[in-house]
Amino acid sequence: MVQMLKEPNTASAQAAVVLREVSCYFGSVKAVDGVSLEILPGEFFSMLGPSGSGKTTCLRLIGGFEQPTSGQIVLFGQDASRLPPYARDVNTVFQDYALFPHMNVRDNVAYALMVRGVPRPERHRRAEEMLELVKLAGFGDRRPGQLSGGQRQRVALARALINRPRLLLLDEPLGALDLKLREEMQIELKALQRQLGITFIYVTHDQGEALSMSDRVAVFNQGRIEQLDTPKQLYEYPQTEFVARFVGSANVLEGRLLGLEGGRYALRPERIAIRPGSQNGPNCLSGILLDIHYLGAQTRYEVQVGEERLTAVTSSEEQGLQIGSAVTLSWERGSLRPLREAV
Amino acid sequence: MTLRRRLSDALYLRPWLLLSLLLIPPLLWLGIIYLGSLFNLMLYSFYSLNDFTGQVEYRFSLSAFRQLFSSPANVDIVVRTTLMALVVTLACIGIGFPIAYYIAFYTKGNARTFWYLMVLLPLWSSYLIKVYAWRLILAGEGVVSWFFNALGLGWLLQGILSVPVIGGPSLSNSYLGMFLVFTYVWLPYMILPIIAALERVPRSLIQASSDLGARPGQTFRKIIWPLVIPGVAAGSIFTFSLTLGDYIIPQVVGQPGFFIGQMVYVQQGTAGNLPLAAAFSVVPVVIIAVYLLIMRRLGAFNAL
Amino acid sequence: MPGKPSLGLRLAFYLGMLFLHFPIVIIVLYALTTEDRTYQFPPPGLTLRWFGEAFQRQDMWAALWLSLQVAAMATGIALVLGTMVAAAMYRFQFLGKDFITVLLILPIALPGILTGIALLTTFKRLALEPSFWTIVIGHATFCIVTVYNNVVARFRRTGFSQIEASMDLGADWWTTWRMVVLPSIATALLAGGMLSFALSFDEVIVTTFTAADQKTLPIWFLNELFRPRERPITNVVAVFVMLITFLPIVLAQWLTRDTDDLHGGGKTG
Repeated sequence: MVQMLKEPNTASAQAAVVLREVSCYFGSVKAVDGVSLEILPGEFFSMLGPSGSGKTTCLRLIGGFEQPTSGQIVLFGQDASRLPPYARDVNTVFQDYALFPHMNVRDNVAYALMVRGVPRPERHRRAEEMLELVKLAGFGDRRPGQLSGGQRQRVALARALINRPRLLLLDEPLGALDLKLREEMQIELKALQRQLGITFIYVTHDQGEALSMSDRVAVFNQGRIEQLDTPKQLYEYPQTEFVARFVGSANVLEGRLLGLEGGRYALRPERIAIRPGSQNGPNCLSGILLDIHYLGAQTRYEVQVGEERLTAVTSSEEQGLQIGSAVTLSWERGSLRPLREAV
Repeated sequence: MTLRRRLSDALYLRPWLLLSLLLIPPLLWLGIIYLGSLFNLMLYSFYSLNDFTGQVEYRFSLSAFRQLFSSPANVDIVVRTTLMALVVTLACIGIGFPIAYYIAFYTKGNARTFWYLMVLLPLWSSYLIKVYAWRLILAGEGVVSWFFNALGLGWLLQGILSVPVIGGPSLSNSYLGMFLVFTYVWLPYMILPIIAALERVPRSLIQASSDLGARPGQTFRKIIWPLVIPGVAAGSIFTFSLTLGDYIIPQVVGQPGFFIGQMVYVQQGTAGNLPLAAAFSVVPVVIIAVYLLIMRRLGAFNAL
Repeated sequence: MPGKPSLGLRLAFYLGMLFLHFPIVIIVLYALTTEDRTYQFPPPGLTLRWFGEAFQRQDMWAALWLSLQVAAMATGIALVLGTMVAAAMYRFQFLGKDFITVLLILPIALPGILTGIALLTTFKRLALEPSFWTIVIGHATFCIVTVYNNVVARFRRTGFSQIEASMDLGADWWTTWRMVVLPSIATALLAGGMLSFALSFDEVIVTTFTAADQKTLPIWFLNELFRPRERPITNVVAVFVMLITFLPIVLAQWLTRDTDDLHGGGKTG
């Protein structure tokens, strides 16, 4: 479950990526601050966090675009801490795609082969194959400027995959696409990853994206990893308030409000049942209904409980609730998740 | 590893190495050849000329500056040049601002590119040729005289030329003519920074202002003008500094009275007095420094 | 924008534009005049005779050839140094960056006469005889900023991720430079190079101080200005010079279209 590294020699032999206490400072800014993790071959691994949380810098460290201030980066058993990007068996899909505007699509895709001196016919054949893989067969003669955002994204993907890297880094690759295209591409990326069996490291600030695609997710905050888990564990068992609030939404409650001993607890809105009337007791609280938002598949309720403002979500709209009147919120005891203090 | 690969690695992993490789040659050039020369020029202004041998004596002396300031004629030269630079700068603002304003706010697409190019072309066309063209235009038998005479206004031109300070035997031998030429050749230097500054004025701000009931005049004074001052100041640095140092225009179109640039030219050339020439060339630097300090207060450098 | 342009603004704009372009028209007109003694306007007649006579002038051709050589050499130096400093300023944050910005702009912000006399005193002190190379040194100094402005603007627009992408795909610095960096700044280099060529080709003030008896075309022209006998020849050469400088400017503008404004920076005066 939690794959924080303790014994450096146990799993590293077969690990795709190992970071050991890696830090990267820019002047006084600690972009990455003592991160350790291990990524397995064939894994779809996401780095999730708000902007400035260090996730992109962490990816760039793995790609070789930044050098760690301290710590060690091991790629497939080889120390890569001081290797330039061109010496790593890693390829990257950039956030802005970084296609070469002065080359056509085919030459963009075949760039890595050209650099290695693969003869032209071979290059073109394999570029055509890659374009087929990303469903852009026949686009080879176009210029990047003539493509739509989604098509450029696919070209960037084909270009990064042509060398058959063992590890692919994706830096918010869907960030510039509109919602519908994003969802399509999420499915395609996941399928592609399964088909090729390559390790993907995927940086995103979109928690839905991270949860739906990944085998495991590392949640970044202020240059550190708050929690590293499977999507399900992250959602069901958030360990810190930051994770609880960033992954999905959560009500974070003081223990004493619930009559429990100290600390804070997370409670997912959909784990709360709501009914009219005021009633107190174990595993329930009463308050005043402030607002009802009808969201189609769900309905969201805002409830004032003492000083706190809680959110409940139900899949069907409850009858007999009136804004401004008293309501009772209840949940099962097991739905409360104790949180530890942030790292 | 091959040497090529090792070099590439070193450049990549040690950014300071790449930085020094990139910076050292240009810094050597600009820092040593250019700055060094300027410094050497300053030194020369503190040397003196031996009256008997005509050779420069490489010893500290204030004699060049003493010579400069003790002669009222020299002080006149400094005052004359500075005044001309100021008047030319004001004229460039007056003529340049409407042009820039029109291009920035009332043209777009191809028309904008066209008008922009129409400002660039006079800027980049040969300086000497432009000056020469004005000699043709301003000559006694030239275009301007012909134009005035054709309109039956020849008396008016004569009247203007007989005004003491600005006049002269013809427009091509008068301060008025010189002023026209200066204004002409430096005008594009004023227009371009103003366009750049105007383009940075958010359009929404102007709309907001008029939505809130401001009349166009108010919008201009309260919103546009304060935001454009830096552009105007940036342009004026060019017009001011270029006028101060020029010695060709006063020579081709002008009065016998010298300008700073001419004095530098004559002192280093026919007079062979390099220290005095150096001292004279320090004067515009000081004036420009003072001018820059004033401009800096106005925030001019943000638009450079 | 604030409504339609008022009549006053339109008038000021068109009159201003007329003011900017009228002298250029006059130059062309005078090259064709039959009058060879005075600046008489309107010209009594039009002729192409002076073009033929001007082209016979060996000294004009020699001056032109020298100017072209100087401009080519100065532009070459400026291209190399300007690109280096642009790359450094774009890529790195370092102490003294503002100082370099000032240093770059100084040769065009300070009057050309200062550059000229400063170089002259230095050459004197080093006992360096004025020559072709002293002219080139002077010209290259103020051409660097023109190349710099164009190239750094291109770097900023292109961003660094293409370079990273190239290295990510296995290319070392040299391949990346050849395959990615150079092609992406090529038009900026060409534009900056042409502007700097035009700048050098036209320069007269610095040149008077750094040349001995070498006559670049502008110096030759300046001398002709004070020799009324040759007036028609002067007029023709003026048109000729105008054309030679116009071409690179229009071309440079065309090369940087849809990208950034032309970064002329300015000319020495």
